[in-house]
Amino acid sequence: MKVAVCAQDGSLDAAVDQRFGRCPCLMLVDTENMQWEAVPNPGANSSGGAGIQTAQFLVDRRVEAVLVGRIGPKAMSVFQRAGIRVYGDIAGTVRETIDMYRRGVLPLLLEANSPTHAGMEEGRSGR
Amino acid sequence: MRELVVLSGKGGTGKTSICASLAVLTANKVLADCDVDAANLHLVLEETKLNTSSPFYGLPKARIEETRCLACGLCAHLCRFNAVRGTRISSTDCEGCAVCYHACPVGAIELPPRQAGEIYFSQTKYGPLVHAALGVAEDNSGKLVTAVRQQARRIAEAENRELIITDGPPGTGCPVISCLSGADLVLIVTEPTRSGLHDLERVLELAAFFQVKAAVCTNKWDLNPEITEKIEALCRQHNVSFTCRLPYDPQVAEAVCNARPAVQYCSGETVEGIVSLWDGLRTLLENKTAPDNRPPEQEGENACL
Amino acid sequence: MIIAVASGKGGTGKTTVAASLALSAAEKGPVQYLDCDVEEPNGHLLLHPEWRQSRPVTVFVPVIAREKCNYCGRCAQICAFHALAVLPEEVLVFPELCHGCGGCRYFCRQEAITEGKREIGRLEKGLAGSIQFVHGRLRIGEAMSTPLIEAVKENAAPDILTVIDAPPGTSCPVIKTVTGADFCLLVTEPTPFGLHDLALAVKMVRELAVPCGVVINRSGKWDHLIEEYCRREQVPLLFRLPADREVAAAYSRGIPAVAARPEWKTRFLNFLASLEGKDRCAS
Repeated sequence: MKVAVCAQDGSLDAAVDQRFGRCPCLMLVDTENMQWEAVPNPGANSSGGAGIQTAQFLVDRRVEAVLVGRIGPKAMSVFQRAGIRVYGDIAGTVRETIDMYRRGVLPLLLEANSPTHAGMEEGRSGR
Repeated sequence: MRELVVLSGKGGTGKTSICASLAVLTANKVLADCDVDAANLHLVLEETKLNTSSPFYGLPKARIEETRCLACGLCAHLCRFNAVRGTRISSTDCEGCAVCYHACPVGAIELPPRQAGEIYFSQTKYGPLVHAALGVAEDNSGKLVTAVRQQARRIAEAENRELIITDGPPGTGCPVISCLSGADLVLIVTEPTRSGLHDLERVLELAAFFQVKAAVCTNKWDLNPEITEKIEALCRQHNVSFTCRLPYDPQVAEAVCNARPAVQYCSGETVEGIVSLWDGLRTLLENKTAPDNRPPEQEGENACL
Repeated sequence: MIIAVASGKGGTGKTTVAASLALSAAEKGPVQYLDCDVEEPNGHLLLHPEWRQSRPVTVFVPVIAREKCNYCGRCAQICAFHALAVLPEEVLVFPELCHGCGGCRYFCRQEAITEGKREIGRLEKGLAGSIQFVHGRLRIGEAMSTPLIEAVKENAAPDILTVIDAPPGTSCPVIKTVTGADFCLLVTEPTPFGLHDLALAVKMVRELAVPCGVVINRSGKWDHLIEEYCRREQVPLLFRLPADREVAAAYSRGIPAVAARPEWKTRFLNFLASLEGKDRCAS
C-alpha cells in the first residue's frame, strides 16, 4: 500500500507533523517493503489553499492512503472524491505511525477534523 | 495551553485597550497582536523592546523584464485586473494570478519573491509579544495573521507558557477567520451602537461556525442602556457563555495617551469591571462550569458578574 | 468633486465625519454618499436612506464541461490560488478561493471551461433626504471585496459632490476606494493609536498622489500629539470635532453628529469652501 505521512523531516525516524497543509515534509512509504521517499510539501509555503495544493500533489502521486493529524474540509473533499482513504491520530515518528496503521489502530476519518482557514465551504464538482 | 482571541467586529470598541489590561492581570502568557494592518498593542504595554524580526513574503506579483518584452500587448489583453500599463505592472492592481507569466510568448514576465511585511518578536513588561506589520497596500493579511499565531504558539511551547492572548483584527473577513480557527475562547468587545450590535451578530455567527466558545463584553455600556440590553438578548439567543459590561470612562483614553494599560491607570468601576471580566474568562478557559449568566440589573450596582 | 474619507484605524469616527460632511453639503447643493466599507457598511445607520434598488454583484467562477475535460490537470497547475483540484475522474472547484483571473479558461486545451458567476454581495441604492445613497454589502466570509467596491464607485456622477466612506486601514480595498479621489480626509483620534495609524494612512494617500488633510475627532487635551505630527510632515490639519459624550450617545441611536450639534456644520462647510477655492484657483 502506498501511503503518505505528514512529517517534520525526511526520514522514517522523523517526528510526524499534525498540520496537513503546512507540514514541511511528506513521507511516501510503500508499507509492504518499507521503501520510502521524502518530498517537500508543496503547500507548506503557499499563500492560500495550502491543503488543496498538498492534496492535489498526493493525488497526482497516486497514493492510496494518507495519514494525518488535523485536516481541513477542502483537502478532505479532494481525497474523498478521489477515493483516497484518510486516517487520523498520527503520533510519534513516521515509523511508529506506519506501524499503527498496519495494525489497524488509526481511525478512518469520514470528515475533516479541523475547521477551514479560508472561506466557509467545501469543494464542489466543477459542473 | 489555551488561546484567548479578542475580536470586535466593528473597529474602535476598545479591544486593544482591554487586551493590554488582560496582559497585566495574567501571568505566564504570550501576547500576539494579529491586527496586522494597524498593530497597536505594543504602544501600551510599557517597556517594549524589539528583539528580532523576520521578513514575511506574500504572493509574488508580476514584473515585466523590458529587455525581453516584444510589446505584443497580450499580457495587457489577458489581465482581468487592468494591472498592465505599457511595460509597467501596477503592484497595487496586480492580483498575482500569473496568467501573464504563463502566457507571455517570450517569457518576459517574472514573479520575483516579494517581502510583504515583517514579523516582530519583542519583550514587554507583561511578557513576550509577537506582532507584525503588513506593508501598505498589501493583501493576504490572513497568511500573516496565521504566521503570528504560529510563532506565538511556538514560543508558548518552548517557554512553557499556559496562555496565549491574541489581539485580533477588526471586521469579519479573512484575517478574522484566520484568527478564529483553533482558538479556545473568543472574547468579543462591542459597543452599544447599532453598528456595534450589527457587527457583533456577524462575529457570533463566525464563532459558531468555527465552534469556538464565545464571551462578550459591552464597552461604554452606559452610553446606550437600551442597545446594551439588545446586545445581551442577542448573546442569550446565541448561547454566549459569558457576558459583562464596562462603563464609558474618559480615563481609558487618558491611559492610552499615557501609554499604559487602563487597569494600571484608571480606578473604580472600570478596573473592577476588567478584573471581573478576567475572572469570567479564566473560568471558561479552565473548562469549569460557566458563571451564572443573570442580567446585571439583578446583581445591583456592579456591572459585571 | 470626489472626497474620500479614510482613516488608518477603525473606530476613529470616519463614518461620523463622512455622514456629517454629506449632510452639511446637502444644504448647499446635490450630494452623493458612496459607502465603500463593504465588509461593514455603517453609513445607512446614520443617514437612513429609503431603499430604491438592490442587485447582486457577481464575479467569475469556472464551470467545467465534463464531456470535454480530459483531466489533464493543467487548470489546477495554472491556478495561483489553488481553487481547482483535478482528480482521475473529476474536477473540484473551490469557488471562494477563485480570484476570477480567467487563467483556467484561457489555458484549457480542451475548451472545457466556461464562465460562471458567483455572488459576492449586493449593491443597494436609495435616497436619504436629498442625498443619493449607495452602498455595497459583502457576503459574510467573502474574501473578494474589490469588485463590489468598484461597483459602488461606478455610481460617482460628474458635476455633483461625491462623499466616499472608505474601509478602515491601508490595505488593498482602501487603496481601490481612495484611488481617483480629488481629496482624502483622514480622520484620527488624539491618542498614540490614532497617531500611529494616521502615519500609515498619510503614507498610503501620498503614494496615490491624492491631496489630503487631517480631521481630529474626539479632540481634547492630547491634540498636540497630532498637531506635532502634522507640522513635521506638512499635512494640513483641517478642523476638529471635540470629544462629546452627547454626540457619542446620539451616534449610538443613529443620530449623526451635525444633527446633535448643528453648530458643527460650519466646520464642514468652511472645509468645502476652502476646497472649492483651491479648485477655482487651479483651473
